[in-house]
This record gives sequence, structure tokens and C-alpha cells, in this order.
Amino acid sequence: MNRAGERLYNGLIKENPTFVLMLGMCPTLAVTTSAINGLGMGLTTMVVLALSNAIISLLRNIIPDKVRIPAFIVIIASFVTLVQMLLQAYLPFLYDALGIYIPLIVVNCIILGRAEAYASKNPVIPSLFDGIGMGLGFSFALTCIGAVRELIGAGQLFGIHVMPASYVPVSIFIMAPGAFFVLAALTALQNKIKRAGEKKGKDMSKVQSGCSEDCMNCKESGCSHRFFGEDKKENENKEGEVK
Amino acid sequence: MSDLMKVSSNPHIRSKATTSGIMGAVCVALLPATAFGVYNFGLHALLLILVTVASTVLTEFVYEKLMKKRVTVTDLSAMVTGLLLALNLPPAAPLWIGVIGGVFAILVVKMLFGGLGQNFMNPALGARCFLLISFTSIMTNFDCDAYTGATPLAALKAGESVNVMDMIIGRTSGTIGETSMIAIVIGACILILLDVIDLRIPGTYIVTFVIFITLFGGRGFDTAFISAQLAGGGLMLGAFFMATDYVTRPITKNGQYLFGIFLGIMTGIFRLFGPGAEGVSYAIILGNLLVPLIEKITVPKAFGKGGERV
Repeated sequence: MNRAGERLYNGLIKENPTFVLMLGMCPTLAVTTSAINGLGMGLTTMVVLALSNAIISLLRNIIPDKVRIPAFIVIIASFVTLVQMLLQAYLPFLYDALGIYIPLIVVNCIILGRAEAYASKNPVIPSLFDGIGMGLGFSFALTCIGAVRELIGAGQLFGIHVMPASYVPVSIFIMAPGAFFVLAALTALQNKIKRAGEKKGKDMSKVQSGCSEDCMNCKESGCSHRFFGEDKKENENKEGEVK
Repeated sequence: MSDLMKVSSNPHIRSKATTSGIMGAVCVALLPATAFGVYNFGLHALLLILVTVASTVLTEFVYEKLMKKRVTVTDLSAMVTGLLLALNLPPAAPLWIGVIGGVFAILVVKMLFGGLGQNFMNPALGARCFLLISFTSIMTNFDCDAYTGATPLAALKAGESVNVMDMIIGRTSGTIGETSMIAIVIGACILILLDVIDLRIPGTYIVTFVIFITLFGGRGFDTAFISAQLAGGGLMLGAFFMATDYVTRPITKNGQYLFGIFLGIMTGIFRLFGPGAEGVSYAIILGNLLVPLIEKITVPKAFGKGGERV
């Protein structure tokens, strides 16, 4: 079970999908108008992510390589439809608040990314926990962004007034531009922590938004811009010839 | 003779203009509008201007100190930003509006993008739009001790008649610095005489706007309507002082004409078809965002390039 714990930690901190991998930006920016919306979106995504990861992992030896993406999409879409109907039945306020972004979970790149990068290559239990970890990381990030935006933009936290009555809400923060301000500030904060760690001599290469540019030896399975050093090597060779 | 033989790298043509000189000239040119605003709206307006300018200058100073950069407060650009922002605030706005606007203008729009020369939109206008979206009720409340009721542009949009003479002199409600067309034009003349700005952008802007409202305003060539549209709102202030901002306007001549035409059309669309009565600030920041594209299509051809090969 140690591996399951490692997957949870990986999703929450090391490869946090929002702050570290910068995946799933569309729902991140669009639905985080309040903390409760962020949390709802995060948990909904987590359920879909965990279940689809488990099923894809079960079927990983049966799905032919050539049609794996359509197969993944079918599996993910089935779960999204399920979750959407459940939300509509039991949490109608959340269903109304999230709107179009529930069906759009199908094309959420975190889910497809985990299916491709992890679930299709690993056994069921770690895949399930990978999904839960990533989902929790996503929920955590969305709740943070939502909480900051709700606090500044409406003076509330989870729907409860926390700011003094004389506080005038800066309503731009619950509109689209506010999402960019808050995401940028939180990412900057995270980079700042990373820099501080580097100065102390710690290996911070795993806690970052960029990468160490060595894809051959890199364990970051969710990276979206892989390159295998060929371009770089070619350039180096050319430079060497010139010299 | 040896001086003439000196070989050096470019630039070879130098001018004596300095950033602080140009910014100082803009400050002086804004004084008539500022003075009229204070005379028109009273002491609170003066206080608001001072607080806003202080907050922009202080923000720049503190940020550069904290980031251990060269302190550039003395180039007066922060002061111009503060003054322009203050002139764009309603006279009865609380003082903290000026402070928030000033901090946003300098910190977010200017400094985070690299300081003077790097900002992609006019800091004063960026802050004004930020305030307008955030605190809509405060920013659109033009009631003050001197005037109550709608601004001339809003009245015009509602179909009421307005006194054009009052609007040209500036005895109307509006933001602190926009009301007096005369004071702004005096300032603009100073800038043109000092060769700080030229008429390319303001000229095309205003002409395009006039053509647009003549065609689509629904009143044909009605001089009273057109002059009221010209004198009302932030058109004059925007055309002469904000659209001509060195950092956020296109460099090439053709680009500047294109920029002016775009601003004129956008302002006309916002004023005639938009929900609000005013649209100068949104038009200008939209134009600012298009500047890289405008420059891309108006790059002048180098000598010997292009044309047909024979």
C-alpha cells in the first residue's frame, strides 16, 4: 500500500495538476468564482478521474494501442454522464453553478493525461490512487483559488460573510479577469518558495512548473512537452563543428 | 578634423529630449485641465488628485526599492500616470479609490511587465477600467456638491438636449479632468508646440469618430449633436493625452493612422451601440492590445526590398 500513499502525495504536492503541471486551466479559471464551486468542481473531477483511471487500468491489456484515445474518451464520457445525472438529481445548486463545465470534464486534459501517462501502464490499485491523488490536488488548488476570489470579490468564504461590513467587494475578482490575477499570484508564490529552496541547496527540480530538460531520465509522467534531447544534441554537435 | 573621423556604433542621430523632460511637459500640459477640475468640483477633487499621484509615485518607489532596482521616480512617468488616473475619477469618489487605482496602475500594469517602456497598455487607463469593473456604482456616480444628475453624454443618449456651450467650457458633471474641452485643448496645444505629440493619432481619431457618428448616429450631420459628442466625456482627454502615450502607441506613421481610425470606430460603436454612454477608455486599451499586430502589418520596407523584381 506504500505505493498508494506515494501516488496521493504525488498528486497533491509533487505534481499538483494546477500549480505544477498547469493542466486543466479552462475549468480552473472558469468555475472558481467561489470556494464551494471550486471544491465541487474538484471533487466531481476527482470521482471521474479515479473511476476512469481504474477502469482504463483494468482494460489496459485489451485496448489496442491504435484506438486507445477513443477508447479512453468513451470510458471517461460514460463516467461524466453518470456524475452529471447524479449531480442534477442530488446537488442541483452545484449543477446549476458549474453548468457547461460538467460535460466538459470529458475533455479535461488532466483526466486524459493521467489515463495516457499512468493508468494505461500501471496496475489497478496504484492507478485508482493516482486518480484520487490528482483529483485531491486539483480540488485543493481550485478551492484555494475560489476562496481567494470569493474573499476579495464578495467578502465571503464558503458563502459566509467574513469581511467587516464596511468592506467594499472588489467585484472584478469574481469575474473572469480575477481568475487570472489570482492564478498568477499563487503560481508566483509557488515559484518563490521553489527559488528559496534552491538557494538552500535542496533539489527542487521536482517541485516546479518548468522542467529540468532531461526527458530521458525524467520521472514526471504528466509532462506535456516531451522532447528527447535530439534537438539539443544536434545543436551542440553543430556548435562543436563550428568550433 | 579628427572629431569628424570618429567611428562609432549607432545611434548616430541624438536628441536632447529626456524622459523626465517629456513627462514634465505632459504634467504642465495637464495643469489647465487639473486646475479647472479643482475649480469646478472643489477641494475634495484636489485631495483626490494629490492622493492618487502620491500613491502612484510611492508604489513605484517602494517596488523598486524592494526589488533592488534603480529607482526611476525622478523620470516623472509615475506622476503623469497618477495625474491622468485622477483626472479620470469621478469628483466625489472616496480617497481609497485613488489609492487602489494608483497601486494597480503602477504595480500590475506597469511594473510587473517590466516598468516604463514595457507596459502593454496605458497604466492609467488600465487602472480606470479595473476600478470601473470593480466598483461600478462608485465610478459611475457623478453626483457631487456642484452638480447632480446625469453626465451630458448620458443625457444625450437618453435623448435629452444638452447645453453645448457649457460642455465646451466645462460647467458640467463628469470625471475631474474631462469636462472642460477648452482646458484640455490648451494643454494639447502646449504639447504640440513643444513637439511632444503630433496630430497624427488625435487627428485621425477625432475625424474617424465624427464620420462614424454622422453615418450611424441617426441624426445625420447635426452640428449640435456632433459637437456635444466631441466635447462630452473623455474623448478629448483620451485623444490628446492617452492615445498618444509613447509606450502604447504604434511607432510607424501608417500604424499611427490605423490606430487612430480603430480608436475612432471603437469609440463610436461603444457610445452609440453599447450599454453605457462612454467608451473612450475601453476603446484605447483595446487599441493598445492591438498595437503589436498593427506594427507587424505596417513595418516599413527597407531600401531595396520588396517591389517587383525586374
